[in-house]
Amino acid sequence: MYDVIIIGAGVVGCSTAYWLSQYEMSIAILETHNDVANGTTKANSGCMHAGYDPQPGSLMAKYNVEGSLMAKELCEKLDVPYNNDGSLVLAYNQQDVQTLQELYQRGIQNGVKELYILDEKETRKLEPLLSEKVVGSLYAKTSAIIDPWRYTIALVEVAVENGVDLKLSNEVKAITKENDVFTVTTSKGQYKCRYIINAAGVYSDIVHEMIGEKEFTIIPVRGQYFLLDKSEGEKVHLTLFQCPSKYGKGVAVCPTVHGNMIVGPDAETIQFEDLATTSEVLNYIKERSALTMDCINFKENIRNFAGVRARSDRQDFIIEESKSVKNFYNLAGMASPGLTAACAIGYHVIDWLNTKEKFVKKENYQETRKKVHFKDLSFEEKNEMIAKNPAYGRIICRCEQVTEGEILDCFNSPIPPQSIDGIKRRTNAGMGRCQGGFCGEKVAMILKEKLNIEFNEILLDKEGSNILMNKAKEGDY
Amino acid sequence: MYDLIVIGAGPAGLSAALTAYEKGLKKILVVERDKEMGGILNQCIHNGFGLHLFKEELTGPEFAGKFIEKIKETNIEIMLDTMVLKLDENKNIYILNTKGYQKLSAKAIILAMGCRERTRGAIATPGDRGAGVYTAGAAQRYMNMDGYSVGNKVVILGSGDIGLIMARRMTLEGAKVLACVEINPYSAGLRRNIKQCLEDFNIPLYLSHTITDIKCTNNRVSKVIVSKVDEAYNTIKDSEIEIECDTVLLSIGLIPENELSKEANITIDQRTKGPVVYENMETSVEGIFCCGNVVQVHDLADNVALEAKKAALAACKYVLNERTFEREIKVEVNKPISYTVPQKIHLPIDEKLIDISFRTNKILGKCVIKVVNSSGEVICKYPREYVIPAELEKINIPVSLIKDEKNNITIFIEED
Amino acid sequence: MIELICIGCPKGCKLLVDENNDHSVTGHSCQIGVEYGRNEVLNPTRVLTTIVKIENGIHNCLPVKSSKPLPKNKLIEASRFLKDIVVKSPVKTNQVIVKNILDTGIDIIATRDM
Repeated sequence: MYDVIIIGAGVVGCSTAYWLSQYEMSIAILETHNDVANGTTKANSGCMHAGYDPQPGSLMAKYNVEGSLMAKELCEKLDVPYNNDGSLVLAYNQQDVQTLQELYQRGIQNGVKELYILDEKETRKLEPLLSEKVVGSLYAKTSAIIDPWRYTIALVEVAVENGVDLKLSNEVKAITKENDVFTVTTSKGQYKCRYIINAAGVYSDIVHEMIGEKEFTIIPVRGQYFLLDKSEGEKVHLTLFQCPSKYGKGVAVCPTVHGNMIVGPDAETIQFEDLATTSEVLNYIKERSALTMDCINFKENIRNFAGVRARSDRQDFIIEESKSVKNFYNLAGMASPGLTAACAIGYHVIDWLNTKEKFVKKENYQETRKKVHFKDLSFEEKNEMIAKNPAYGRIICRCEQVTEGEILDCFNSPIPPQSIDGIKRRTNAGMGRCQGGFCGEKVAMILKEKLNIEFNEILLDKEGSNILMNKAKEGDY
Repeated sequence: MYDLIVIGAGPAGLSAALTAYEKGLKKILVVERDKEMGGILNQCIHNGFGLHLFKEELTGPEFAGKFIEKIKETNIEIMLDTMVLKLDENKNIYILNTKGYQKLSAKAIILAMGCRERTRGAIATPGDRGAGVYTAGAAQRYMNMDGYSVGNKVVILGSGDIGLIMARRMTLEGAKVLACVEINPYSAGLRRNIKQCLEDFNIPLYLSHTITDIKCTNNRVSKVIVSKVDEAYNTIKDSEIEIECDTVLLSIGLIPENELSKEANITIDQRTKGPVVYENMETSVEGIFCCGNVVQVHDLADNVALEAKKAALAACKYVLNERTFEREIKVEVNKPISYTVPQKIHLPIDEKLIDISFRTNKILGKCVIKVVNSSGEVICKYPREYVIPAELEKINIPVSLIKDEKNNITIFIEED
Repeated sequence: MIELICIGCPKGCKLLVDENNDHSVTGHSCQIGVEYGRNEVLNPTRVLTTIVKIENGIHNCLPVKSSKPLPKNKLIEASRFLKDIVVKSPVKTNQVIVKNILDTGIDIIATRDM
């Protein structure tokens, strides 16, 4: 019997686990997939928004601004990359300049610091390669970028170090409640607890309705992206949004913490979690991005992907105890700025729990973690590391310069990778321009050995994504 | 200080190192990231190599073996399992292996890093993103080195030689290859490979077609949609064919690997994606030479080895201070020629002939290749029965005809 | 007249084989084309290149080939025949792995040292 079960190991669930694991309570996270950060968290632009966008007074505004303020220190503690270079909202005409003023005012109301309206010259000074069409911008200096995977993995690694049970490949099928005790039935087994935190992302309405009444609806909104090589990444320094107008929200052009450029997303309401990309939308994104920068070379594209945001029918986050189920707390509708807000949302879950009973902080709480980033080490440090462990002297992924040592390290983590993409999310191996063309096989063979599995059990990512089918000459011919 | 450091121990690197050794360079180092010499040849177990160089038909490993055996008889130093992380303009390299991270210097450097395969991202093929999409070379490695097949029902996108070779390999190893789909109205691979890899096994080749959607079921490829395209590569409505399959192999081109070169500020030709080179395979940085697929994508390993010899001879001359040239001229091209290698020529030089290779971006029948000097005079002509994009075209220009040229020569091609 | 693409070398000559004239070949650039053209019509053959399993090698597989071209229609059968062959490292190039495969009189030989 757990005190708390968190359903969903996305950034919201993992942040909740991170903060709650400071307290004397038993916690489990139930996750459908074989890895964390594999839903909405997986595919977005990695932007930590400043907070000028949400409507004042909304939950989005509150948690966005608070999350934005917390993120830097948290990323340092977690040893995950965080770049605080700021963002621009680009204006193309007088109407847009007016909109910038509104955003600025909204930002001030929301408590966003370091917001500036820039004229064309000032804008171009910050970002020289902008298209000719740009006439001014709103500069938000507190906007930042992170790696959503590494961030989420780090949060949950620390949580697990502090005693949280992470149950991967456990899809929640049913929830019942008897005498204030919940029984959660998953694809793997049954778990009992006294409190449920619902952080099931796109499926949070379905999970809630396994036991409660319909209180909200999640509308999956798909967004597609281009991820471009570092040659393009060099062209962009700030996260570049287009001014929202009657033509929509536009597409963003952003640097990533790893030095790439990401372009997207659109927003398309879909029926279910469909992560396919489509040529129509990709073409739209290409065309639309030219408003921001017309010098993007899409031939340097290394990957397209789609993410699904869990937008709620309330147009705001849902952060509240279920009205129909006592001790069941919904963290739902985490559309943008959900990634930014996640750390603040998780931080405040204890406030709700403390209204139920008093939880005390642990004495020996571990709040940080450290990783080896071989590429970033100095000449001497590199040699010291290799002397300690020669595996750091062997590059597996050459595009991203990831060593065998770093890949082996992730198997010593409390949540070892279960797939090739799991290794990618932890180390960057396979993220680069060859997309695993060279290192994929090496990574696969490491995975096979470390997990002690057969060749035909090696997964690219989720269950079913087996990469190898037969031994040579053993097919059907 | 080494006389020469060669980066890469594939056909280009090995041939370059051997040539330099034969020409008398004393301290030669070859750095190779893999655990053995041979480069990509080790996984190219099919035959068709060596006809030019060794006058016999060899498999990739046999072809590599010829070089490796010779290398073993020399005192050329080979560092395996070693990655070059950085190269600079002063001919220093920074290498990483299990013994440590160190800086090495050389009087001359030859780049022989080869190329990588273009990926799905490069052509932005839409659809689902489950398992089952591989570059042909990656599938080749799984098959030929590890003995694992990536799938049972295969569609090949692109008709590059590796894709064609893999069509045959997958078939011989137990898979069904359902189609090879090529967006161009002509094949990107050699004609003999169309014959012996597709036609021999009754695998249909769809020209002017491409994959417009990839569908997955339970996170693995389950179907592709193949559509016809028009001359501008736009998909033609209602031309879709559905093919149920579990695997897509991509054979959509190769890109020279020049991340190291870029860091050393070597000028890159945006058309070849390789360094801009002189007739002696020297890059824009003096003393750094290059050869093989790092320069331009070759059709044949034999030609890679020959180009490597040229680079090595030039590196020797550089190290031994035997250079004669005082100025340079440019080699310009006219459509439909896409590029030339070399892009520049040093003058004066001792050589009698200058080899120029290039590709066109369309098929030409009977035609004449003409070289024109900067005064507009045709200085030499080369008749051809045909010129096709899949085959690297070569001409050699007598140096005597351009020795007084000050600016540039231009290569034209005229169809009869 | 039978039209063929010669696979004897990468040049890929377009051959014409005259079945009414003793299978005489035209369109070739060298003797390989003449032989290929005749054979391709009368008794098409191919060199088989494939792999067999190897123990204690640097890789799981040893590349092999047929010492001479095999009848084209025997390629798949020959490859399947090698399914259960396992060799032990070390192996030398040209070492015979299977003698007289499918009674063709042709051997399967290693194409590298391993």
